[in-house]
Amino acid sequence: MTDMTISTASDLHTSGAAQARLKARYAREARFKAYGLVAIGFAVTALVFLLWTIVSNGYTAFMQTSIRIEVMIDAERIEGTTPAEKRSDLALRTADWRGMVNASLAAKFPDVPRSDRRFVNDMVSQGAGTQVRDLVLSNPNLIGQSVTLWVLAHSNVDMLHKGFIERDAPPNRRPVNDRQIALYDQLVKEGSLEAKFNFRFLVGANSASPELAGMWVAIVGSFWTLVICLAIAFPLGVLTAVWLEEFAPRNKWTDLIEVNINNLAAVPSIVFGLLGLAVFLNFFGMPRSSPFAGGIVLALMSLPIMIIAARASLRAVPPSIRQAAIGLGASKLQAITHHVVPLAMPGILTGTILAMAHALGESAPLMLVGMNAFVVDVPTGPLDAATVLPVQVFRWAGQPERGFVEKTSAAIMVLLVFLLFMNAAAIYLRKKFERRW
Amino acid sequence: MEIKTKVAAGQVSQADGKAKMAARGVDMYYGEKKALKSIDLDIREREVTALIGPSGCGKSTFLRCLNRMNDVIEGAKVQGDIRLDGQNIYDQAIDVVQLRARVGMVFQKPNPFPKSIYENVAYGPKIHGLARTREELDRIVETSLTKAGLWEEVKARLQETGTGLSGGQQQRLCIARAIAVSPEVILMDEPCSALDPIATAKIEELIDELRSNYTIVIVTHSMQQAARVSQRTAFFHLGELVEVGDTAQIFTNPKDDRTQGYITGRFG
Amino acid sequence: MPLLFLTLVLLGLTVLAYYLGRSQALGASATGRLHSLPSYYGYYAALWCGLPVVMLLFAWLTLEPRIVIGLVVNSLPPEQQNLPQAQLDLILTEVRNIAFRSMTMANASPAVLAAAENLKRLTTLANWALTVLALVVAILGILYARSRIRPDFRARNTVEIAVEWILIGCSTIAVLTTAGIVLSLLFEAASFFFRISPIEFLFGLKWSPQDAIRADQVGGSSAFGAVPLFTGTLVITVIAMAVAVPVGLMSAIYLADYAPKGLRDVAKPALEVIAGIPTVVFGFFAALTVAPFIRDLGPLVGLEIGAQSALAAGIVMGVMIIPFVSSLADDVINAVPQSLRDGSAGLGATKSETIKQVILPAALPGIVAAVMLAISKAIGETMIVVMAAGLAANLTLNPFENVTTVTVQIATLLVGDQEFDSAKTLSAFALGLVLFFVTLCLNIIALRVVNKYRERYD
Repeated sequence: MTDMTISTASDLHTSGAAQARLKARYAREARFKAYGLVAIGFAVTALVFLLWTIVSNGYTAFMQTSIRIEVMIDAERIEGTTPAEKRSDLALRTADWRGMVNASLAAKFPDVPRSDRRFVNDMVSQGAGTQVRDLVLSNPNLIGQSVTLWVLAHSNVDMLHKGFIERDAPPNRRPVNDRQIALYDQLVKEGSLEAKFNFRFLVGANSASPELAGMWVAIVGSFWTLVICLAIAFPLGVLTAVWLEEFAPRNKWTDLIEVNINNLAAVPSIVFGLLGLAVFLNFFGMPRSSPFAGGIVLALMSLPIMIIAARASLRAVPPSIRQAAIGLGASKLQAITHHVVPLAMPGILTGTILAMAHALGESAPLMLVGMNAFVVDVPTGPLDAATVLPVQVFRWAGQPERGFVEKTSAAIMVLLVFLLFMNAAAIYLRKKFERRW
Repeated sequence: MEIKTKVAAGQVSQADGKAKMAARGVDMYYGEKKALKSIDLDIREREVTALIGPSGCGKSTFLRCLNRMNDVIEGAKVQGDIRLDGQNIYDQAIDVVQLRARVGMVFQKPNPFPKSIYENVAYGPKIHGLARTREELDRIVETSLTKAGLWEEVKARLQETGTGLSGGQQQRLCIARAIAVSPEVILMDEPCSALDPIATAKIEELIDELRSNYTIVIVTHSMQQAARVSQRTAFFHLGELVEVGDTAQIFTNPKDDRTQGYITGRFG
Repeated sequence: MPLLFLTLVLLGLTVLAYYLGRSQALGASATGRLHSLPSYYGYYAALWCGLPVVMLLFAWLTLEPRIVIGLVVNSLPPEQQNLPQAQLDLILTEVRNIAFRSMTMANASPAVLAAAENLKRLTTLANWALTVLALVVAILGILYARSRIRPDFRARNTVEIAVEWILIGCSTIAVLTTAGIVLSLLFEAASFFFRISPIEFLFGLKWSPQDAIRADQVGGSSAFGAVPLFTGTLVITVIAMAVAVPVGLMSAIYLADYAPKGLRDVAKPALEVIAGIPTVVFGFFAALTVAPFIRDLGPLVGLEIGAQSALAAGIVMGVMIIPFVSSLADDVINAVPQSLRDGSAGLGATKSETIKQVILPAALPGIVAAVMLAISKAIGETMIVVMAAGLAANLTLNPFENVTTVTVQIATLLVGDQEFDSAKTLSAFALGLVLFFVTLCLNIIALRVVNKYRERYD
């Protein structure tokens, strides 16, 4: 047995049995490879499906259906006795504009019985009266005249026009009745119903009615929140990174800070919301719902990410640069501020943009500090109540009206476009200043 | 005992001096760079062939061509003809997995898997399906470790991790791991360069013993080592095979000036 | 916005201080050789102007609201002062609303109106006091710095020491953040545990937080047993991991070892895009598309699935975590040395054999750590579950049922107006404490394992 040679059998690996084994092994190899392909396919399909859901639901929100009506600006419906009084700001603001719109609708569809009047009135948006008001406010001379204007259609009509409501569905399964569908067909036929570009959605204030809802408050709120977040996280992050990378002695305190930063980076974001609520709102008494409080919370959340990115860029600057500067008689601080930090800056900025993009998409901690409030007024500064884009998405997603599905998806599209720009900027910066030592 | 019968069948080709592997006109490129220029070399069966030459001369590259380890490197391209038992190993019909089972390899730095000693040796037989029962596998592990001269040292701790061994032991474990697959040829890429002199001596002794059963190709930096362990020596320089011959002849009576210069230490 | 204006003025003063310091140093250089570059004298003056003011601002903004509110409370009629904290807070909220948001409360009592007036007056006064004080401190700082500037004054050394201290100060913010989280959670959770025993909270089987109408009514109809939340979190996390771990791991392996270049160029950015999508978008996707899809799928396989199932939230969360797992797995797998791959290939192993039997076992600690970090992410994820999982605290492990999670409860308990003294509100902090503690443990262990693993192959 001892001199048994199991080795040099040249057919051990070439025999028929070996070939069969090999075939089975290659089958396993192919199977394994297929699993990998399936995994990638699953991830990519999920992404495509998600984006498709958003875009297919949302692109229509950038157009909004309007109806052309002829409104008699009826002086009778404006408070006041003299023409001058009727032109006063207060009188114009409190006039019965909606009544005028309804009267104009009644005149347009005279055959509709009185009992069905409200269905006619519901064809146009709640905001139609306001549209007439704004027109007259800008030109009081219109009082007593008849004007033709496009007012927003009610969201249900809008949905019907865009094909999100099936007109053949049973009447109790659709929010528009047969009478309204008939009126809609009539309006389309005479060219009085059109989809127009929806500026209001981008630059208008929020509303509870889908056709009136705009995301400007959220855009401005996100802007202020990010400004505060950047103003705090960037200097703190860079200075901390400089200290840890260039100055910190190797001791327990430094270790503690490092472990701490790594752990903070993985703390769930909602916990930062709890911190903000308990400390900044309740203890320091910062204003609720304000970009100021929200920005601080986001800054603390982004801080570890910023520090980690800044440290990586500082570490990438070769020690020879520091030695060269110090060798020329620069102090350590001068070597760092004149050479190391400027060289690391592109990397730091890339990390900063990515951290800000992350912060822009964050919603849970901001909701806890009250940024989910229904805010109508556009915030003028970081201390005013505001909401942010992702929270606006969340709020609209919770609304039951069909029209808000479209608005939510479109708001997501806007949010994703902002994120795309930020990420593209980061990639550009990285490509442009990429340096190999 | 099927193994034994196979062995008997395999022993037909034992004519001394018969070429186990033969390279003809082998060119090798890394991208644009030509790393090997028209190499012709026979590897004789059951002999130790040493490849020597200065750093970057292409000896390791050539070695890796012999079991197609260069396949994985991006941009690597081999032209020409390398035959194992008369069959071109770069042929479409040749399966690289099967080829590497027949032409095993031991690397410069000992690279045992982070598994137990037993699992390290059993890995090859397992993946190639060489053992059908646990007992067979145990026997292969024992035989391989014995042949590698490691059995006595590790038989009591087969379940301990292979990375816990000393450098020399690790390298012998890697040799045992290669033997366990029952290869016909074993390629060794500077197997002793990371080891101390005592461990080196043991490995050299082992190579000498293995010669009776395997065809061995060894790349080495040390001319003394080549002289001690090999029967034939090939001298590479700048991607060319300058000279090949019996080891004694190469070291005492080189035909080429470059060989002469290298072995007398004028460059290298 | 007087505060912003004041900040700008102070910034201007600091810049002015720099130039004053520098010009003084330049002037002084006539009498002797300057120790440092003139700009360092400028920085020195600027530091003396800016730093004390920043400290003052911080201290003031921390203390001012509390002092002002204290004074307002003292000005309230005694019978209101002695009300329980909860009701006092209500009154104060009303006072604030009247004072700052100019809301007109129809039924506001005269005492409240007077307090609002008082609050307004005190706040204005405090703002003016702060402005004057800050300016005085800034100017004193400049004057002091100017008194120190002489040619032999070592301005550079002083400035550099100050800068180093500023850097140290910045780097403690991260530690202070952790301390702030721990302390705030501990304090609020402690006051919750004074009302509800920790045993009931941790092991109780019924969760139905209600506002107590009276202070002594706690525990009547409300229950604070968090076990249903823990099981709900567990169910969703398990589903998410069942999606994310195999898909993420196999994606990483496939992209590293098999994918042709073209596919890699598409798939890698696609994974990065998934990583960049805000979670609220995933939540919307789950609620709008995936949950109804699964609900409609139920009857086909003979199951009754609701509109909000753990399955929908879990699957979408899994998709969200795929890139997280795949990028961590990619790092870990790449850390396995090439020599092991070569060793295996040299023995004639196929790629998949090398991966399954050599690389994955060698990378196992790193992969385990990656999975732990992924679990921690799943546990802490909020928006997807808020939007796609339910609010009903069902004690079940059935993935087709509606479950709720710890984060959902924190969000719903704390979003909107809340009384800060009720067990209902405080319970959110107790949940937050549990969440923080669990994720912290997972993170610490995972980071340890990763570091050990890195050392092994470095």
